Amino acid sequence: MSSDSLTCEEVIRQLFAYLDRELDTQVSAEIDRHLETCRECFSRAEFERRLRQKVRETAREEPPERLQRRIRAMLDRY
Amino acid sequence: MEPPEPNERTSPDREKRRRLFEQEVIRLMDRLYGTALRLTRNPDDAEDVVAEAVERAWTRLDDLRGWEHFEGWLFRVLNNTFISMWRRRRSRQDRETEFDDPDSAASPDERDFSLYRKLHQPFLLWWGTPQDQFLDRLVLDDLQRALDSLPDPFRVVVVLVEVQGYTYDEVAGLLEIPVGTVRSRLSRARALLQKRLWEYGNRPAAARDPRNGGSSTDGERP
Repeated sequence: MSSDSLTCEEVIRQLFAYLDRELDTQVSAEIDRHLETCRECFSRAEFERRLRQKVRETAREEPPERLQRRIRAMLDRY
Repeated sequence: MEPPEPNERTSPDREKRRRLFEQEVIRLMDRLYGTALRLTRNPDDAEDVVAEAVERAWTRLDDLRGWEHFEGWLFRVLNNTFISMWRRRRSRQDRETEFDDPDSAASPDERDFSLYRKLHQPFLLWWGTPQDQFLDRLVLDDLQRALDSLPDPFRVVVVLVEVQGYTYDEVAGLLEIPVGTVRSRLSRARALLQKRLWEYGNRPAAARDPRNGGSSTDGERP
């Protein structure tokens, strides 16, 4: 690794911004490289990724019958 | 003689648009309702937000730039509908406090809480780690409860960023707050969400542990 590689601390500090795709491409690529070689940070990143996926799943829910009827009536009117 | 202008309500174009609109709305219904429910925390409000968003979307369909953008556009309409409702419901004073950064009274533990740090045991091998086990047994119900327990401004940024994938700038624009506030709310929201999950997730784990008086139900007779 080059001397200007990111430390684990720097990676963890920017991890959420990295997962949110908020970092510029250069920093993001540096974190990619770090995660390829650092099991500890990779494990943390995977944990946060999996947790986020689970959070995402909470926003899918079968609409109640009443709402389905309401939307159907609206669509029929259009 | 020129043919008469087709009646707008029955023209083939309009019918095609209507059918595409209907098809897409029905395809997205479970996500529209699920997102509205996470945003509002209330089934009746979620129904109103979805219905109002669909109505708004239909009346503004001319704003849509191509059907390939419909999904993102409809969710944007949904978010704006929710934000309008949220604002309408709050008195001016409430709004000032609710929309400001609710940064008060957070202990350092709450600000910096990390589930991973709580769960991680570096001496274990990488397979079957406590953090994997925690996620494996994390149930949707606990996640919903943890999300619903967050104060409105925190919950909304989590739903916009983590669930819907908006950028910080987009969230700042939607909520009309500085991007720095989006960052700080998101950071606090994640810490608080993880703390709640730790509290909820830990309960069944403790109950299952025979050392705590619990018992495994696998293969056991009543």
